[in-house]
Amino acid sequence: MSGENRIGDTILEVKNISLSFGGVKALTDISFDIKEGEVRAIIGPNGAGKSSMLNVINGFYHPQQGEVWFRGKKRVAMKPYQVARQGVARTFQNIALFKGMSTLDNLMTGRITHMKTNLFWQSIWAGPAAKEELEHRERVEHIIDFLGIQAIRKTPVGRLPYGMQKRVELGRALAAEPKLLLLDEPMAGMNQEEKEDMSRFILDVNDEFGTTITLIEHDIGVVMDLSDRIVVLDYGCKLADGTPDVVRNDQDVINAYLGVSHD
Amino acid sequence: MFYRESGDFKTSYAEDQQSFPIKFDRYAIWILLGFAFFVVPFFINDYWEKSVLVPFLVWSMAALGLNILTGYCGQVSLGTGGFMAVGAYSCYKLMIAFPGMNIFIVVIIAGLITALVGIAFGLPSLRIKGFYLAVATLASQFFLIWMFNKIPWFYNYSASGMITAPERTMFGIAISGPSAPSWATYLFCLTLVTIFAFIARNLTRGRIGRAWKAIHDMDIAAEIIGIPPLQAKLSAFAISSFYIGMAGAMLFGVYLGSAEPGEAFGINVSFLVLFMVIVGGLGSILGSFLGAAFLILIPVLMKNIMVGGFGWPADLAAHLELVFIGGLIMFFLVVEPHGLAQLWRITKEKLRLWPFPH
Repeated sequence: MSGENRIGDTILEVKNISLSFGGVKALTDISFDIKEGEVRAIIGPNGAGKSSMLNVINGFYHPQQGEVWFRGKKRVAMKPYQVARQGVARTFQNIALFKGMSTLDNLMTGRITHMKTNLFWQSIWAGPAAKEELEHRERVEHIIDFLGIQAIRKTPVGRLPYGMQKRVELGRALAAEPKLLLLDEPMAGMNQEEKEDMSRFILDVNDEFGTTITLIEHDIGVVMDLSDRIVVLDYGCKLADGTPDVVRNDQDVINAYLGVSHD
Repeated sequence: MFYRESGDFKTSYAEDQQSFPIKFDRYAIWILLGFAFFVVPFFINDYWEKSVLVPFLVWSMAALGLNILTGYCGQVSLGTGGFMAVGAYSCYKLMIAFPGMNIFIVVIIAGLITALVGIAFGLPSLRIKGFYLAVATLASQFFLIWMFNKIPWFYNYSASGMITAPERTMFGIAISGPSAPSWATYLFCLTLVTIFAFIARNLTRGRIGRAWKAIHDMDIAAEIIGIPPLQAKLSAFAISSFYIGMAGAMLFGVYLGSAEPGEAFGINVSFLVLFMVIVGGLGSILGSFLGAAFLILIPVLMKNIMVGGFGWPADLAAHLELVFIGGLIMFFLVVEPHGLAQLWRITKEKLRLWPFPH
C-alpha cells in the first residue's frame, strides 16, 4: 500500500440513517463516512444490519430518516439504476450473476452505463455501435486479464464453480468503473486459497484503479488486514468506528462478539 | 471439409464478435440465402408458396417477435394473436386509406402501430411477473379481438365483418390480392424476414440485448448495475410487438388475403407462437425459425405422407397429425427442454470433436 496519501476527501457520507420494516428496526441512527480511496469495512454479528446498510447506500432501500451524501451532493430518493449511473457498483452475498450469459457478456453488461449508441446503429451493428462495442470489449478484456479469467471467457457463468462465480461478479462490478465499490461478503463460502486470491484482488483494485471499497465480511482476520477503517454494527446500532486497532480493543465490540457475563 | 473452428484464428475483437464466428457457418448461411433468393423463386409454384414457404416465413417472423419478448427478456406473453390482429387491421386500414402506398412501407407502419399498442399493454409488466403477466397479456388478447369485432370502423363497415386485402403493389408488381404471383409474395416475405432476422440478431447481441437478457436472468441485479427496468421491458415489448405486428400484416395481407379476427388471430394463435418459441428454443434466433418450421412444416409433410402416400382418408390423417405433433412436442421437450436450437448447438459441439471425441 502506498501510505496514507492515497486517501482523499469524503466520497460518501450517511447521516442519522434509520430504517425499519414495519415494527422491526433494521438500522437506528447510523452515521459514518467513507473517504475516497480507502477500504472501509462494515462488520457485525448476523442480523446487525450490514446488508441493509449497503442496500440503503445503493438505493435499494429508502430509509425513513437520515440523509445520504454522495460526492458532496445530497441524494433524494433515487432508484438503484440511477445510483449505479452515479458510479456505485456492488456485488451480492449470494451471487447475482446473469446465469445464462457468458462471462464476457456478464462483464459487458457491467459496462452498460457507459454505452449509449441508439437503436438504429445497434440494429445494423455498424458505425458508432460497432465501434462502441469494440471499445468496451477492450476495457472488459483488461479486467479479464486482471482477474485471470481468460479461460472462462465464453463459458456460461451458471456452469462455473462457486469461487469463479464470485470472481466474475467482482469483474462485472469492476467493469462499471465505479467510484465506490460495495462488496457484500466477497469471501463467504470460500476456502483459504480462494480467500487469499480475493483479498489480493481487492487490494489490487484499490491500489491500481484507486477505487474506494466498502466491504462486509465475517472473516475478522481478513477484515483487520484489508481495511483502513471499520464500522461495527450490532442490532442496527453503531457500536464502534475507527482503525482496526481501535476497533479490536473496543470493549463494546468485544462484548458484542464474545458476549458479556451477567454475574 | 470438417465442421470445426480449429485453424480459424481470430486476431481482432471485431472478428470474434461477428454473428457467425465459424467460417463454415458463414458459408452455409450465404449459400442458403443465395439459394432462397436466386434459385427458389424460379421454381416456386402455387402449392409450395401457399402451403409451405410463405406460412413458414410469416410464422417465423411472429416467433422472432415473441422470442425477443419471452426468450430474451423473459416476459411471458399470451397476447401474440391480439398483436398480430393489430398489425393486420393497421395494414388493412392503411391499404384502404393510401392505395398508392408501397406495401413494404405499409407492413412497416403496421408494425410500428403495433409497437405502440405493445408498449401500452406492456406497462403492467413493471408490476407483475411470470404467470400473472401471462394472464394480463391474455386480457389484451381478448380485449383486442373484441375491439376489432365490435367497432365497425376497423372493418370498414363491411357486412360480413371480415377484412379483405385489396391488390397492392411494390415496384409495380402485385404483392397482395388474388392475382399476386407466387414468386413475388414469396420474395416479399423472404426479404422482410431476412432483414429483420439480421436486425434481431444484432439487437440481441448488443447493448439492448444484454439488458434484456440481464432482466430475464435476474431483474434485481440488472437494476443495480444500472439497467432501468422500465426502459428495458418496454423496449422489449415495443420491438417484439413490432415484429409480431409485421407478421400479422403479412399473414393477413400477403398470405390469407382475408381475415376474421376471432378465426385468424384467436387465442390458439397466441399458443401456437408460444409453442414455436418453446419448442424452437427460448432466446435463440435460429430457434424461432426451427420452431416455426416444426409446427408449420411437419403437419404439411405428414399430410402428404398419410393422404398422398398411403391414401388414408383426410379426416383420419388430420386427427393423427394432432396426436403425432403433440407427441413430438412432448418428446422434444423431454429430450431437450431448451429446444431445437440447443439440440443443434449440442450437435455442433459433437461435430467439432468428431471423429475423435477425446
